[in-house]
Amino acid sequence: MKLKIALVGNPNSGKTTLFNSLTGNNQHIGNWPGVTVEKKEGLVRTNKDITIIDLPGIYSLSPYSLEEVISRDYIFNEKPDVIINIIDGSNLERNLYLTLQLIETGVPVVLAINMMDVIAKNKDVIKSESIAKLLNCPVVEITALKSVGLEELITKSIDLVNKGYKYRPVVWYKERIENIVSIISEKIKPKVEQERLRWYALKIFEKDEKVLEDIKLDSKDKDEIFNLINLYEKEMDDDSESILTTERYNYINRFIEKVYFKNKIKAQSITHKIDKVLTNKYLALPIFVLIIFLVYYLSISTIGGLLTDYVNDTIFGDNGLPGLVTGWLESINAWPWLIGVIVEGIIGGVGAVLGFLPQMFVLFLLLGILEESGYMARIAFILDRIFRRFGLSGKAFFPMLMSTGCAVPGVMAARTIEEENNRKVMIMTTTFMPCGAKLPIIALIAGALFRGSPIQWLIAPSAYLLGILMIIISSIILKKFKGFAGKASPFIMELPDYHLPSVKGLGFTVYHKLKSFIKKAGTIILLAAVIIWFLSNFSWSFTLTSNAEESILASIGKLIDVVFTPLGWGNWKAAVATFTGLVAKENVVSTFGVLYGFAEVGESGAEIWTLLAVDFTALSSYSFLVFNLICAPCFAAIGTIRREMGSRKWTWFAVGYQTLLAYVLSLIIYQIGMMFTGVFNVGSVFGIIALVILIYLIFRPNKFLIKS
Amino acid sequence: MNTLDKVKIGSDCIIQKVSGERPIKRRLMDMGLIPGTRVHVRKLAPLGDPMEIMVKGIELTLRKADAFNIIVEEVAEE
Repeated sequence: MKLKIALVGNPNSGKTTLFNSLTGNNQHIGNWPGVTVEKKEGLVRTNKDITIIDLPGIYSLSPYSLEEVISRDYIFNEKPDVIINIIDGSNLERNLYLTLQLIETGVPVVLAINMMDVIAKNKDVIKSESIAKLLNCPVVEITALKSVGLEELITKSIDLVNKGYKYRPVVWYKERIENIVSIISEKIKPKVEQERLRWYALKIFEKDEKVLEDIKLDSKDKDEIFNLINLYEKEMDDDSESILTTERYNYINRFIEKVYFKNKIKAQSITHKIDKVLTNKYLALPIFVLIIFLVYYLSISTIGGLLTDYVNDTIFGDNGLPGLVTGWLESINAWPWLIGVIVEGIIGGVGAVLGFLPQMFVLFLLLGILEESGYMARIAFILDRIFRRFGLSGKAFFPMLMSTGCAVPGVMAARTIEEENNRKVMIMTTTFMPCGAKLPIIALIAGALFRGSPIQWLIAPSAYLLGILMIIISSIILKKFKGFAGKASPFIMELPDYHLPSVKGLGFTVYHKLKSFIKKAGTIILLAAVIIWFLSNFSWSFTLTSNAEESILASIGKLIDVVFTPLGWGNWKAAVATFTGLVAKENVVSTFGVLYGFAEVGESGAEIWTLLAVDFTALSSYSFLVFNLICAPCFAAIGTIRREMGSRKWTWFAVGYQTLLAYVLSLIIYQIGMMFTGVFNVGSVFGIIALVILIYLIFRPNKFLIKS
Repeated sequence: MNTLDKVKIGSDCIIQKVSGERPIKRRLMDMGLIPGTRVHVRKLAPLGDPMEIMVKGIELTLRKADAFNIIVEEVAEE
């Protein structure tokens, strides 16, 4: 029998662990359509007929947060056969609040009380049978981490479907409320399924916007119902939604003491002791800086960096795989273009993907440890004050820092940010940080046009400053547009108890993250690398050419370089270099080398400094640098943005925004800069207009902000 | 009567009423900040905001601006 089971629970309830234990390697990870929220589906290891869908961690089924709406929509549109509601046994009261709402949906619920090992160790008592009787649903005691109780959980879920679940309301609200609810039920009866009737009636009592949209009450009924509710609200001096919330909690309060006996909790006192240090008034920030440094040091500069260099330079270097394959292909007399496609296009493309894996592996491992141990939540607590000024989350720090190494893990680190809009902004803007591959461009410009200048040493720091500034400014600008205008949501989150991360759990997370990166980002990178290779190695007569100037890409460069004239660098070499930068930013330097007639140039392109100085002025070269720092990142990063956004539209928007911002910024820098040298023309007017628009976008009032 | 953001660090209070815009109010209440609930104000973040509170045995953190929506009665120290 095919079954669809939805897994629902609070954040920190062990939901992911349970999902991993149940499904093992039979998982598919993607995003919910069009949003940055991760969607995980898997087949039960011991019974492949059962699909488990891991819904986002939520506290409630309110219509206000994205995660909650996703869960609600799934439960109602996809109609899972059973909901497994996992709850943290050491925190029954708050967890059961969601349970009550889930039961009200009318979908059969199996309650899985997790962390029974901790309960046993603390000598707490949970009377599962009493809870099962009270809530009219099967209760299974489990320890997800040790895979205890999982068989029973699945068996009971199947049983529940086989026996034919009969919905019976659990919570009866105050008589007055029930009266109004039954009046609503009468009115909407023809419009909804029988098992869902009570849920819809209660939601209408709560004046739930989403449900009111779905169920179009005729205006007479609506007036009648709303009059009753309004009258009751006035009487109670509270809104109907809050009244039900309070009632649900009160219901739990009334029975919790009879089913749950808690000893003084040991774990918590340990947590308090750790927090005395980690969130200490004076120590918190230094410790945070130290931890950040360690993560960066291990993943970007040492272990991860070294492994990535090894993969890039040794395995995919000239003497590695490409050399071997070239030799073999030549020995069987393959066509030169085929060798090119395979070696430079495909192997180069695959190398670009695989090269990031070691860095990402170390990064995800470390971020996983921080997340699972409970420290990540403390970061938000410590840094919220600083970042909120710019409408960013305290956790925005990680993506920014990672991106100074490589934008790929940087974009992926945005996953830890708690709110959809903040996450989107960070995914879009974190690539502004100068990554490792952009450093050669900085060195090239600083060397070619600022050598000996008193401000030469400023070029590199200015790139970092620009990155940070543009992230902040973008956050301010973007948040004022409709697509980012979220409902005012309060910052309130749980600080979970500290605990040691499990090796098994970490392994799972890292493995699946890397796998989904290879799958999603890999295809894009591969395709793009092959296309750019083709354009830069073929002439219009579709023959292989070794003269870079004859390539299709060069002629495209010559055609479009006029676009960059207002930025001060309307020459085709610069245009082509910018294009090849899309494959990997360090290509900008090597492309210049090739175009200026050098087969190979050093990392900072010292050979072409003097040649470059002829085609550029200091100002136009800086404008070129700014454009290349801010514009669309390399394909690997774009692929990652696609993977994280979960939407093609948003990916295009991100790339478009980045490129537009880069253009506007370079325009302002070049044109306003030219004015200081005494040049004033049409370009200056555009420069001034661009600056005014940018300033307006930053300072205009935010009409979507609801002041609380 | 006071609002939660003004309660002295280290002391306890009991929630009287939760106000504010619907999404904010609902979220606060969903997290268990229900009238009648006892709250222990634990500490402030190193930069003075947000605050850390303890409710029903759980540590929560929220901004002072949001805590302003919660009207409380302070409990005399025992």
